[in-house]
Amino acid sequence: MAIIVNDTIAAISTAAGQGGIGIIRLSGPAAIDIAEKIFKGNKGARLAGRKSHTLLLGTTYDPADGTDVDEVLVSVMRAPGTYTREDIVEINCHGGVVAMQKILTLVCAAGARAAAPGEFTMRAYLNGRLDLAQAEAVIDIINSQTEAQLKVAVNQLEGGLSQKIGRISDALVAVLAQLEAAVDFSDEDIEVLPVDEISRMLQEAHGELKALGETSSRGRILREGIDTAIVGLPNVGKSSLLNALLREERAIVTAVPGTTRDVIEESISVKGVPLRVKDTAGIRHSVDQVEIIGVELSRKTIKTATLVLCVIDGSLPISQEDLELLREIKSDPAVLVINKADLTEHESVAGLELPMNFKARVRVSALTGGGIEDLEKSIETLFFAGNIDMSDKALITNARHAQLIERATRATQEAFELIEASMPEEVVSTVLKDALSDLGEITGETVSEDILGRIFSQFCIGK
Amino acid sequence: MGKQAYEVIVIGAGHAGCEAALASARMGCLTLLLTISLDKIALMPCNPAIGGIGKGQLVREIDALGGEMGKNTDFAAIQLKVLNRRKGPAVQALRAQTDKKVYEDRMKRVLWAQDNLSIRQGSVTEILLRGGEVDGVRLACGFTCYSRSIIIATGTFLQGQIVIGDIIRPAGRMGELPSLGLSDSLVRAGINIGRFQSATPPRVDARSLDYSKMTPQLGDDEPRPFSHTTQTTQRKQAPCYLTYTSKDTHRVVEENLHLSPIKTGAVTGHGPRNCPSIDRKIMNFPEKERHPVFVEPEGWHTTEMYLQGLTTSLPVAVQEKIIRNTPGLENARIMRPGYAVAYDFIYPDQLYPTLETKAVPGLYTAGQINGTSGYEEAAAQGLIAGINAALRVQGKEPFVLDRSQAYIGVLIDDLVTKGVDEPYRMFTSRAEYRLLLRSDNADIRLSGLGFELGLIDGERHRRIKEKERLVAEVAGSLESTIIQPTDALNDLLVGAGTSVVNRSISVAELLRRPQIAVADIEWLAPQLKQLTEEERLVVEVDVKYAGYVRRQLSQVKQFKRLEARHIPAELDYTQLHGLSIQAREKLTQVRPRSLGQASRVSGVTPADINALLVHLEQSKARSPV
Repeated sequence: MAIIVNDTIAAISTAAGQGGIGIIRLSGPAAIDIAEKIFKGNKGARLAGRKSHTLLLGTTYDPADGTDVDEVLVSVMRAPGTYTREDIVEINCHGGVVAMQKILTLVCAAGARAAAPGEFTMRAYLNGRLDLAQAEAVIDIINSQTEAQLKVAVNQLEGGLSQKIGRISDALVAVLAQLEAAVDFSDEDIEVLPVDEISRMLQEAHGELKALGETSSRGRILREGIDTAIVGLPNVGKSSLLNALLREERAIVTAVPGTTRDVIEESISVKGVPLRVKDTAGIRHSVDQVEIIGVELSRKTIKTATLVLCVIDGSLPISQEDLELLREIKSDPAVLVINKADLTEHESVAGLELPMNFKARVRVSALTGGGIEDLEKSIETLFFAGNIDMSDKALITNARHAQLIERATRATQEAFELIEASMPEEVVSTVLKDALSDLGEITGETVSEDILGRIFSQFCIGK
Repeated sequence: MGKQAYEVIVIGAGHAGCEAALASARMGCLTLLLTISLDKIALMPCNPAIGGIGKGQLVREIDALGGEMGKNTDFAAIQLKVLNRRKGPAVQALRAQTDKKVYEDRMKRVLWAQDNLSIRQGSVTEILLRGGEVDGVRLACGFTCYSRSIIIATGTFLQGQIVIGDIIRPAGRMGELPSLGLSDSLVRAGINIGRFQSATPPRVDARSLDYSKMTPQLGDDEPRPFSHTTQTTQRKQAPCYLTYTSKDTHRVVEENLHLSPIKTGAVTGHGPRNCPSIDRKIMNFPEKERHPVFVEPEGWHTTEMYLQGLTTSLPVAVQEKIIRNTPGLENARIMRPGYAVAYDFIYPDQLYPTLETKAVPGLYTAGQINGTSGYEEAAAQGLIAGINAALRVQGKEPFVLDRSQAYIGVLIDDLVTKGVDEPYRMFTSRAEYRLLLRSDNADIRLSGLGFELGLIDGERHRRIKEKERLVAEVAGSLESTIIQPTDALNDLLVGAGTSVVNRSISVAELLRRPQIAVADIEWLAPQLKQLTEEERLVVEVDVKYAGYVRRQLSQVKQFKRLEARHIPAELDYTQLHGLSIQAREKLTQVRPRSLGQASRVSGVTPADINALLVHLEQSKARSPV
């Protein structure tokens, strides 16, 4: 853990998967500036200059492409009257875990550092915010978290990560030993590896780090679940399908009301793939004022979902409204669920042509449970392309780790470029040591002593 | 029985002892320097060279703080060479071959001429204590000297034993009496002692060598001096020679390995990994077909040549055979055999960064006794111990350099925080902030501190301030010197292997290209002409690697925050909530001065540091300062 550093830290401060509203908290001297970079206040209101302990309504957006992320309520609390005695910004969002994660990623990209466990509390303590009795409790929290991490480490997922990072670190240390030997023992009769070989080693390490970084999105899927919508015309069996999925798995993680009144959200696990399933109101042309609101919400859900399960009644002929709905679904992947397989299938169903984003069609009977297994297998295949390889245990599931890996990846790339540009060893080594220290923050290991040991075992030093 | 009182007593007149005694006397303390033999002052018992990569930086820093080693080396140099010239300028280092006798003679004259400094021959057998603090020393002759600050700098002499083959005899160096009794006195005072060994190669007669089979190794044509005070180093330089061991050399060693003290067990302590004997090199790297042997003159007035690379303590007859089987040395006559020396050292994690022992207030140790190897490492510690011993007498705050200020800071922090498991030698890779800690800017970094201590005079300090101003000004001006693309410029760029420019560009930008050196752009920025070669180097590194220098500066800022969190020396770690058992033990032993130092103690985790931090805040809240 970084100790008493004066930078700005950020974290999701409500547990993932719980509650409809999430808070992303920033603390540190740049908290307000950083939040400002990703926030558009309504009517152009700005965070800077706001009075302490006030709320501002607006939208978070991705400054890279300008797209909106979520409608948020931002509270600005100025030092010293805050929990950490630093400037604090809390971004309250209601878009669920995915939005929270996205906002955290945005503030990190805008200059915040993902906080280590217990770091807010630690700052609160160090800045004199907590009293004597709370002090020892803080140590216990931090220690228990460290121990918990340790336990997790021997555990499959993170253990795999440590090992993987250990191997990459090892490769970087090997490069570093070459560079350091070239500097410290240039007057000795030693042969260090040629530049091409060192370049190759760096490129390889960079590739592995990059691949590891890319698993963080897969890790996030595992952690937070896939945003899934069940849609269809009224009475095709959407709710029955949801119930069938629930009944089959008996793996309800949480059952919380969705962020909107008329969409119900359930978290379920399908073959180890977590889904957050929204059951939407049936879509049809209507004049009823209440129903119109429900249908609009359904349409919105269709737009934002990662996975859409479009349900049709297989015993009936394909209707114009079915076809309109199919075209409206843009999510990729989407699955056509042909319900009521217990009844005779109407001949028009077999000839139904599906848009490209539909990656599967499955016949089920929500009533009898027939075909539900097939549906589950299709979902599994879709998201992990048949290779949700749990033996590939190096998955990054933690935002702080993801940020550290990303920094190490960039530093390794920079080291490679410096080597290619014939920069001297001691400069390359500076950058490489930064990469190693980032990786060391994940595994809790430092490597400085290793390097001399490696030099002495690899090279015959000593005139 | 005679007795006398001094403010500071220094035991041992090697490289550590000389610097310690001079620093203390120069800071105004009445100082006594004790040596077993007045004829053996500032000896170089091993290689006839000072400086090198990492070590050269130490010498420059010693000089910047007003120490003597740099000046003495410049005076005694018979060859000067900048190492790592082909690497980045940030890790360049100076090495000198020296005339050993000239080195000793000049150092003696400097000591003789120093005010406040007495020098006396005598072997210390006991450290006298009073009330748990240091009080004086008793000499073998019965004489007693009193002082509240005592520095032990006895090198390899504590219970020293030299070994050649199966011959083992008590000696501090070949032919010199060891220091007996002092070790026991330290143990009685509660200090833990370990045993290390070191070795030196045979010396051969220069007249018996065949130089036609060796490659001459020359110094620089325009040598740079170590000391900022040295005006010229333009004098006659002597060559060294390079040859290589042969298959026959290796065969001889292999056939006689069973006689090697490392095999027979005559030598048991750890030796330095960076300086293995030829026995060990052939054992550990059997696939290597040849090892280099540098033949180095020991001075103008001796015919002794030092065989760098042939360190061994095999029996003399085997040493003869090894040499005879090495090209160029077929007829070499050994003048002194190689030998190993085993000696007591004190585990340096028993010291504060002032080099004062934690067990005995007022008792300091410096040099090889602290488990280091090398003249430069010894001198650096001597200087720091001398300064702190004097400050203690004067009731002033101690003087500690941190890892971001100097290689000397890295050296001492490593010793007192991490301890040693082999004789410690400086390498540049030990320094985290290597781009900042450079040979070229040592005076800019440290002269101010030397001036405050009274070890650098006002005139020299003023000159260095002026140099600092000038290089900063020129470095800044390169950023604002904009030049237009011309054929002449582009020809030069292409010639250097980099791309042409087609718009105006600052000279600094050009200099940041890896292929471009400061010499290439001098004609574009005439302001560079007013600088000395060394000043140009400062400008070059600061401009060329500006981004990386800035990065390290910001890391230093973070580092300093942790260093600034002081831990009281009396803190009871056993009572501290939330520390692991291992951390408790290690922290109790090391007793770090700051949170930063604590974080570098091996076995101490970030969780431990947080627990410690919480505790420090807690006690601060209890007793507001």
